[in-house]
Amino acid sequence: MRMVEKRLGLIVNPVAGIGGRVGLKGSDGAEIQKRALELGAVPQSLNRAIQALERIEAVDGLEVITYPGEMGEDAARPCGFQPTVIGSIKPGETTPEDTMNAAREMRRLNVKLLLFAGGDGTARDIYSAVGEGLPVLGIPAGVKIHSAVFGTNPLNAGDLAALYLQGKASSLREAEVMDIDEEAFRQGIVSAKLYGYLKVPFQRRLLQGLKTPSSPREQAAMAAIAADVVSKMEDGWLYIIGPGTTTRAITSRLGLDKTLIGVDVVAEGKLITADVTESQLLRLLEGRKAKIVVTPIGGQGCIFGRGNQQISPKVIREVGRDNIIVVSTTGKIHSLRGQPLWVDTGDREVDEMLSGHVRVVTGYNEQIVYRVSW
Amino acid sequence: MAQQDITKHRYTNGKPNLRRFHQARWDEPIIFELSCEGQRGILVPEVEVGIRDEIGDVLATLPENMRRKQLPKLPELSQPQVLRHYVRLSQENLGADLNVEIGQGTCTMKYSPKINDQLASHPKLAELHPLQDEETVQGILEIMYRFEQMLKEISGMDRFSLQPAAGSAAIYANVSIIRAYHESRGEAGQRDEFITTIFSHPSNAACAQTAGFKVITLYPDEDGYPDLDALKAAVSERTAGLLITNPEDTGIFNPRIEEFVRVVHDAGGLCVYDQANANGILGITRAREAGFDLCHFNLHKTFSSPHGCGGPGAGASGVTEELARFLPVPLVEFGGERYYLDYDRPDSVGKLRPFYGYVPVVLRAYAWVMSLGAEGLREVAEIAVLNNNYLLNKMLEIPGVSAPYAKGKRRIEQVRYSWEELAQETGVHSEELGIRAADFGIHYWTSHHPFVVPEPCTLEPTESFSKDDLDEYVAIMEHVANEARTNPELVKTAPHNSTIHTIDHSPLDDPSQWAMTWRAYRRKVGREKGWHSRGKIAPQRTSYCVKR
Repeated sequence: MRMVEKRLGLIVNPVAGIGGRVGLKGSDGAEIQKRALELGAVPQSLNRAIQALERIEAVDGLEVITYPGEMGEDAARPCGFQPTVIGSIKPGETTPEDTMNAAREMRRLNVKLLLFAGGDGTARDIYSAVGEGLPVLGIPAGVKIHSAVFGTNPLNAGDLAALYLQGKASSLREAEVMDIDEEAFRQGIVSAKLYGYLKVPFQRRLLQGLKTPSSPREQAAMAAIAADVVSKMEDGWLYIIGPGTTTRAITSRLGLDKTLIGVDVVAEGKLITADVTESQLLRLLEGRKAKIVVTPIGGQGCIFGRGNQQISPKVIREVGRDNIIVVSTTGKIHSLRGQPLWVDTGDREVDEMLSGHVRVVTGYNEQIVYRVSW
Repeated sequence: MAQQDITKHRYTNGKPNLRRFHQARWDEPIIFELSCEGQRGILVPEVEVGIRDEIGDVLATLPENMRRKQLPKLPELSQPQVLRHYVRLSQENLGADLNVEIGQGTCTMKYSPKINDQLASHPKLAELHPLQDEETVQGILEIMYRFEQMLKEISGMDRFSLQPAAGSAAIYANVSIIRAYHESRGEAGQRDEFITTIFSHPSNAACAQTAGFKVITLYPDEDGYPDLDALKAAVSERTAGLLITNPEDTGIFNPRIEEFVRVVHDAGGLCVYDQANANGILGITRAREAGFDLCHFNLHKTFSSPHGCGGPGAGASGVTEELARFLPVPLVEFGGERYYLDYDRPDSVGKLRPFYGYVPVVLRAYAWVMSLGAEGLREVAEIAVLNNNYLLNKMLEIPGVSAPYAKGKRRIEQVRYSWEELAQETGVHSEELGIRAADFGIHYWTSHHPFVVPEPCTLEPTESFSKDDLDEYVAIMEHVANEARTNPELVKTAPHNSTIHTIDHSPLDDPSQWAMTWRAYRRKVGREKGWHSRGKIAPQRTSYCVKR
């Protein structure tokens, strides 16, 4: 008998991705799921979960804890696992509550990692159930993948999970949970919201040999960025600090709290207003010089228009292109694989003004010149 | 009767058989553990009575504060023990003299002819003292002077300093020269930004930062070439200069290099050509013709001096006539009859190394150039490029490997490959492939930062390796890639035939564990924890010596 040394929690959202192939732009809600099935959609998430689990099979001493049937058991068994099955479901009629209950139960059972197959909606459900209470990793299986909590494909998610379970990738980072309003999206309007952060395993590029030391860890890199931005702050200016963990490092250096998923305004080293709205920003800007500090969303590179809509086209115009400070760790830039940063403010003129080449602060006295498109 | 082919057993279907290599394993302790009190390599005879009476106690002539309070804690061993120890360690190794050393791309691991080592260790050089009168060292001054003339010819530059001890030291010198230049024009405070590209060697960015400048790094354009529009967006009245490697670490030659130089000159900046590795362009292109103001060569790369496991090396720094007054001191001058060291250069950025710099490295490089001549240098470049493109073609025949950027174009002297496709398919990563290759007597290291190319390895075959060597290397790569598909666990658990297993790199990724200086070590590890503090020796170690 194998010694059980670590527990893996597995949740499959059986309806994730069902709307994609039939052009429904998402799978949220029972009505849409029914329509998708009528249109001939075939569930994707089970197969994708199996692809990832096959990469984890070789991990010694692993106990898989999962929900019955289509919510995980059906993926674990074909991969050779003898999972501990908990909870109960109504087959064919699973709900977000099932996902949330499963996540809570797995946290209680102290799993080392919660692996889930789904999309942004599933990530949101898990976030609202357990927050940053345990390490989580997504197998991309949904239509909408705007969150940064997913592996780039099921195989990579499986590899990363295996490395984490074996203790070979031990660090965690906070990754964005994003979602867009599906109803608006079906009408052609993108309205993305940042819901919060999940703790996900971080694969430092440990597979690079090291002739010289590699780039510093994410945390150290963020501290260096913060040191750069803070050292160049001037009295008499307002600093509009966008959401994110990289920008949070800046307020931390000033000794201030940060609204992680909101926009805060700082001046003379003090917090002026936390979690501002667009109209509050416009009022604050009257007769004041200001700079905007933003960071791209991990893995997709959006700098304006996703999760920071408070910094509206009007606010951007007021502040001016030259007063925008984009900050990012080099790791986040390299993960874009050469794809440009992008903006989608909803105002074409502003998008055009922002596109071209931008200087991105990547460390203390370090910048990268990078393309921005719209 | 037909003559028997005695090499037949080394090939199967025209392909070389894989070597059945196994590294030596000696379980050799560190030398301090071998120490045994009273053992000696040489017994120095007592001073004769007559001499002692005449001279007295020699140690008494040393000032009190220069005398050790305690004897140095040196290991005590006999000569054959020392010899065995180091020969054993040298066998637990996969060094340049043992394997087909093409897996250390960007390092230019060419063969360093042994005769040049013999020249450098000849008493005529080895017994010179740097404080000798110039009249008595005319020979070595002449060699330094003549070698500078050669570098001028190779680069098109007007003056060289042989002072810098490494490539990074030369880049630092060049950055200092540019600061002095802008200071002389009253623009020192204003011009505080250096521009580089992401695939220029990272020493460029590091040196400019160390010298207190801001560094702006350009990302490549969609085709993987240095992005001219990004450069135009980056230059301003704050631009101090451009630090650029060409060909870049990907082996791609910048087709717009002259425009790069022009854009930076138009903005008032100076341009430095990083020619640490000039192996693919010797005798073919020159820094000066592309419009550069400064350049540097690593004598331990292009010019065949051994790398010596991190030194000593030499980085020669070259400049135009206009910048010559800022070069480090001393320069070697020739007065018509005798050679001399010129320290009287008031605008110089100062001294980089004690005395002359690393003279033995210069001598080896000089001997190497003299043995080849101008045509030979060009042939070096031609063969290095031919080898590289032959290897590129053979490597790309292996399923799962690619050469990102500049698709379909040839490369100069090296290629940064990507095993991403194979890793996706098998879950076996580049580092694991490189380590598994060590089981067949070769290896590669993945690549230095920036970590842009996924699952990388950088191969640089230089001119020193034959077609057979390259074929053997590719055959091993092909075999290992195939193993990743058929038996991934075998690859992931490699090496199986080496002295040691894998080591933990993670501390290198954590700045809180770095200690670049003694002061940093004391701060991070703490005064009491540091075993050097208060003259204490290391914690008690097991002794291999039986006490009598």
